[in-house]
Amino acid sequence: MKAKGFVHKYGDNVDTDVIIPARYLNTADHKELASHCMEDIDPDFVKNVKEGDIIVARANFGCGSSREHAPIAIKASGVSCVIASTFARIFYRNSINIGLPIIECDEASEKIDDGDEVEIDFESGVITNLTKNEAYTGQPFPDFLIDIINKGGLLNSLK
Amino acid sequence: MTQKILAAHAGLDEVKAGQLIMANLDFVLGNDITSPVAINEFHKAGFSDVFDKEKVTMVMDHFAPNKDIKAATQCKQCREFCGEHSITHFYDVGDMGIEHALLPEKGLVGPGECIIGADSHTCTYGALGAFSTGVGSTDMCAGMARGKAWFKVPSAIKFNIIGRLPKYSTAKDVILHIIGMIGVDGALYRSMEFSGSGLKNLTMEDRLCMANMAIEAGAKNGIFAVDEVTLEYVKGRVDREFKIYEADEDAEYDEVYDIDLSKIKPTVSFPHLPENAKTFDEIEDVKIDQSVIGSCTNGRIEDLRAAAEILKGRKVAKNVRCIVIPATQAVYMQAMEEGLLKIFIEAGCAVSTPTCGPCLGGYMGILAKGERAVATTNRNFVGRMGHPESEVYLASPYVAAASAVTGKISQPSELV
Repeated sequence: MKAKGFVHKYGDNVDTDVIIPARYLNTADHKELASHCMEDIDPDFVKNVKEGDIIVARANFGCGSSREHAPIAIKASGVSCVIASTFARIFYRNSINIGLPIIECDEASEKIDDGDEVEIDFESGVITNLTKNEAYTGQPFPDFLIDIINKGGLLNSLK
Repeated sequence: MTQKILAAHAGLDEVKAGQLIMANLDFVLGNDITSPVAINEFHKAGFSDVFDKEKVTMVMDHFAPNKDIKAATQCKQCREFCGEHSITHFYDVGDMGIEHALLPEKGLVGPGECIIGADSHTCTYGALGAFSTGVGSTDMCAGMARGKAWFKVPSAIKFNIIGRLPKYSTAKDVILHIIGMIGVDGALYRSMEFSGSGLKNLTMEDRLCMANMAIEAGAKNGIFAVDEVTLEYVKGRVDREFKIYEADEDAEYDEVYDIDLSKIKPTVSFPHLPENAKTFDEIEDVKIDQSVIGSCTNGRIEDLRAAAEILKGRKVAKNVRCIVIPATQAVYMQAMEEGLLKIFIEAGCAVSTPTCGPCLGGYMGILAKGERAVATTNRNFVGRMGHPESEVYLASPYVAAASAVTGKISQPSELV
């Protein structure tokens, strides 16, 4: 299982309120949530994001609220993976549960820049920066997590 | 403590940090924002019924009384689901309160229990000595259907509480101080455990406020040792048997911090992270446009008493809006009987029915571009209470009330 795309880069403590502001939580519609994704931190994200793109951030990505709307908005925007040095725990859990691949890697989070083209191999945890011609090793997914993500989320994997 | 509760709920003699377990749940919670996503998943997955209609609750508190048509549609979906599945504890406008104030008050959560909620502040019930943590809607859905959830067993950080709080210093100041000290990811993936000789000087409401904000340090849960204060609180509320778990004398902790309550000063967390905690010797004049007193962190009766103590016989400053939101109907009634509502209204405050409202920028006090609020709430992220260029300063009810009177961030001693 792999992901490949261009990077949108952010800093530390990107919280769920900037990923999807609460004023838009009066709906659970995936496309509508995606249309406001990252709005309060990067108003141009929605305009610029393309299918397969990758979000890279520093520490504690997804901190704050437990709203599953946050990973849903990111996934529905077309993002294929989020890389960070650490994730807030509820966001980590929610992402896997809805089938959004995420990977922790401190080195990648530091060295990858906005606009780089990156490829991730989830079985090995290897992150290749095609722009800079570098490779970093993140934490590979155990089999049961790969199974959940391949099947599109926790509930599908339980069927 | 956390590890013992998790082991018991997973049917194991003991568990170790890092171990993945499947635990049986005593209670599953959702609100009007997170439940609709869980209900959609419940139907998509083809589940027919909930695991126990007594052990699932939905509380309509975030955007209720409905703020708009979409919010009304989400509440309607929850109402219909709870009706269809005969869910006993469905709380709607009129008997609802803010979920994390309501559940302990109603005795729906108790010591030693294992609870998940699709709301990050579900960690509040650790005040009662429960393992309680926030999850997303998919986990809520699986929990509703099967009464189970998977967990990675956390390691723990111990906070050894000693001493007694000075006048005008509160539990809110203690937890803001702790978050300032360890950072917003200082307890990431871990458990924050509170014990020590000073615990007896913290009321249950103090503990609920502190456990509530464990998530703001990234923690999986916050948990307090059970003592006489706990037992006194649950008496007459929790009418089922419960088990008290105690930490072993030789329990292992990643870190141990001593927290001397007598040293805690009124504290304010500056935008845009709860870890930006400052005491008044570090604060210059910060003018405010709004003061919010309420939320799952500080909307209980002791909080309203503190605010009323400051506002009694005083007036809210010109050009400042002060909004007081009792967290539950019982708190509202109590505040009415004690004459607190009269004090608030005479001072020029708006008093609202229970709701999360402005805390997450829902409604009932949204900020315009460039405006500033001091709030007894729990998060001050970018855009949390309104416009992305507005600001939220987190503080205790004493500070929020004093600031409403002076029009700038102030501590009570400035009024005397």
